[in-house]
Amino acid sequence: MIQADLNIILPEILLALYAMGALVGVVYTGKDKMAGLLTWLTAGVFVLLAIWIGASGSGENVGFNGMFHDDAFSRFAKVAILLAGAAVLVMGQDYMARRRIARFEYPVLMALATVGMMTMVSAGDLIALYMGLELQSLALYVVASLRRDSVKSTEAGMKYFLLGALSSGLLLYGASLVYGFAGTTQFAGIIQAAGDDNLPLGLLFGLTFVISGLAFKVSAVPFHMWTPDVYEGAPTPITAFFATAPKLAAMGLFARVLFDAFGGVVSDWQQIIALLSALSMFLGAIAAIGQRNIKRLMAYSSIAHMGYALMGLAAGTALGVEAMLVYMAIYLTMNIGTFAFILSMEKDGRPMLDIDALNMYAKRSSGRALAMLFLLFSLAGVPPFLGFFGKLYVLRAAFDAGLAWLAVAGVIASVIGAFYYLRIVYFMYFGEERDALDPPRSPMQQVLLMVSAAVMLLGVVNFFGVDTAAQAAAAALLQ
Amino acid sequence: MTMAAMAFWLFAICVIAGGLFTVISRNPVHSVLWLILAFLSSAGLFVLLGAEFVAMLLIIVYVGAVAVLFLFVVMMLDVDFAELKAGMAQYMPLALLIGVILLMQLGMAFGVWQFADEAQALRGAVTPTDAHNTEALGLILYDQYFLLFQLAGLILLVAMIGAIVLTLRHRKDIKRQNVLEQMWRDPADAMELKDVKPGQGL
Repeated sequence: MIQADLNIILPEILLALYAMGALVGVVYTGKDKMAGLLTWLTAGVFVLLAIWIGASGSGENVGFNGMFHDDAFSRFAKVAILLAGAAVLVMGQDYMARRRIARFEYPVLMALATVGMMTMVSAGDLIALYMGLELQSLALYVVASLRRDSVKSTEAGMKYFLLGALSSGLLLYGASLVYGFAGTTQFAGIIQAAGDDNLPLGLLFGLTFVISGLAFKVSAVPFHMWTPDVYEGAPTPITAFFATAPKLAAMGLFARVLFDAFGGVVSDWQQIIALLSALSMFLGAIAAIGQRNIKRLMAYSSIAHMGYALMGLAAGTALGVEAMLVYMAIYLTMNIGTFAFILSMEKDGRPMLDIDALNMYAKRSSGRALAMLFLLFSLAGVPPFLGFFGKLYVLRAAFDAGLAWLAVAGVIASVIGAFYYLRIVYFMYFGEERDALDPPRSPMQQVLLMVSAAVMLLGVVNFFGVDTAAQAAAAALLQ
Repeated sequence: MTMAAMAFWLFAICVIAGGLFTVISRNPVHSVLWLILAFLSSAGLFVLLGAEFVAMLLIIVYVGAVAVLFLFVVMMLDVDFAELKAGMAQYMPLALLIGVILLMQLGMAFGVWQFADEAQALRGAVTPTDAHNTEALGLILYDQYFLLFQLAGLILLVAMIGAIVLTLRHRKDIKRQNVLEQMWRDPADAMELKDVKPGQGL
């Protein structure tokens, strides 16, 4: 029995063994001198695992008495998480090395956080859910305060840790209520206990707390307070990581809980998710207008984007889950490109994160400005770019599910939100002349910026097949 | 009265007395000693319930580690307990109020308490009959919950790495022990014999 179970979690085992082996190996050899090499190696391992999971997996395998699900949904999420993690690792390496914070524990912690995320999207049990979430979060709390001599970085880590602990408490309280009223921690058992309509009051109470805990992890309003401070305080490569892979993992976990454990009572949680979604979209769009620091601005932008992704979940249909996955895949690509640009925003070797610094950027480096323009238009959801189609997907899913008001709210919020993206474009092309930023140094950042900008334009042809994979993933989750 | 019932009353009285004296004794070291008595007696209660593994755990973890740690903290740190207790009279009414409310709630819960029909039978059959409970717990922990157990191990690993990453500093200006250097030190280089004549000094 154990042999078959172990085969199902082989990718996770290999990644965990790699992390432990790398830790021991580097401690006994070069320590921080090996950090650069280890970062590349870890990124390579991520890519190999992503290819392996994407190519080899098939069907639905359930291991460990239903605690671990390996199906099309989890494979889709795992491939996206691994690729995003690899991209963030390679694009941040140069930045970390020059700030002297390239510590060898960083790639090791990233690998362990990724093991946690892979467990999250495969969880079939409340305890497995919590274990994966905590493994991921604990590693992220540490990397947030990696620059331990900086007050802002330690503040970011501390805030993230305290609020994360609070949200874990909410989640656990909800999980214990669900366990108490369903009599089992397994999703397969909970969905039977929940029945097809009218959730028992105790389960509803538990579900609400579980949703609150998870909403914190995806930074949905009103559980978003930590996001701007943590994004601003953490070193930029780590902010880039926060904004990408963990968001998808938390969304995947959200979908797992809602559909695997409470799939029979969509009407009971639909209103909660719809409210979270509407609030996130509006707060993200309005609060970002006052931000001058581009990292804080991206924090509010990610809150707004999570609102749209939640809109897909709120639909409660296969089309909704598919739309959420497509939206998240596009969101990851856009954010990787944008953060590759933010990482290279420097003046005299120091990070320059004020958006005023981008004034007349187009005059000096037109290619990069154009790439950034594509990404910003895509983030705003302007038609010919990929971001627009992501929004179209979720809006259509919400509309088809009878949530027309939510779809209308989404359109209004996206019009408001377009203002601050377009303001950056305005600064880049028509602003006042300012001191020039340094020319970009890292070729990897340049490559990732250009590639993701190109994806924004070329992806509209056929989404590179992502929508087909997302469709299969959604079908696997809802069966 | 059977032997088991007598042992139960003995242990139960010891737990309550231990708890009471932990709170009211004036010397903090005595408090910790009373606490240890309470732990040991509850371990005895667990043995009476047939949960010998939990009993041993309680002794090893709580008495062996936690209580001894408390004792060290109490003895090493210079905490002025008299000052800590000074505000006691001031907060006494509030504390009593909370205590009475809790007692009333317990009473209400006890008043409407109902045993499910099969509860007594289930409680009698917690442990599988063919294995004692250390083995039964092991089977669950290392077999059914194998994945979760390993994940918990990974979480602890991350916690350890995190603590080291965030706090370890390599200080360059302090003297460190170099064992090899010490071992290879030669008396011939380290010492010099001088022949000092009486009354002259060096």
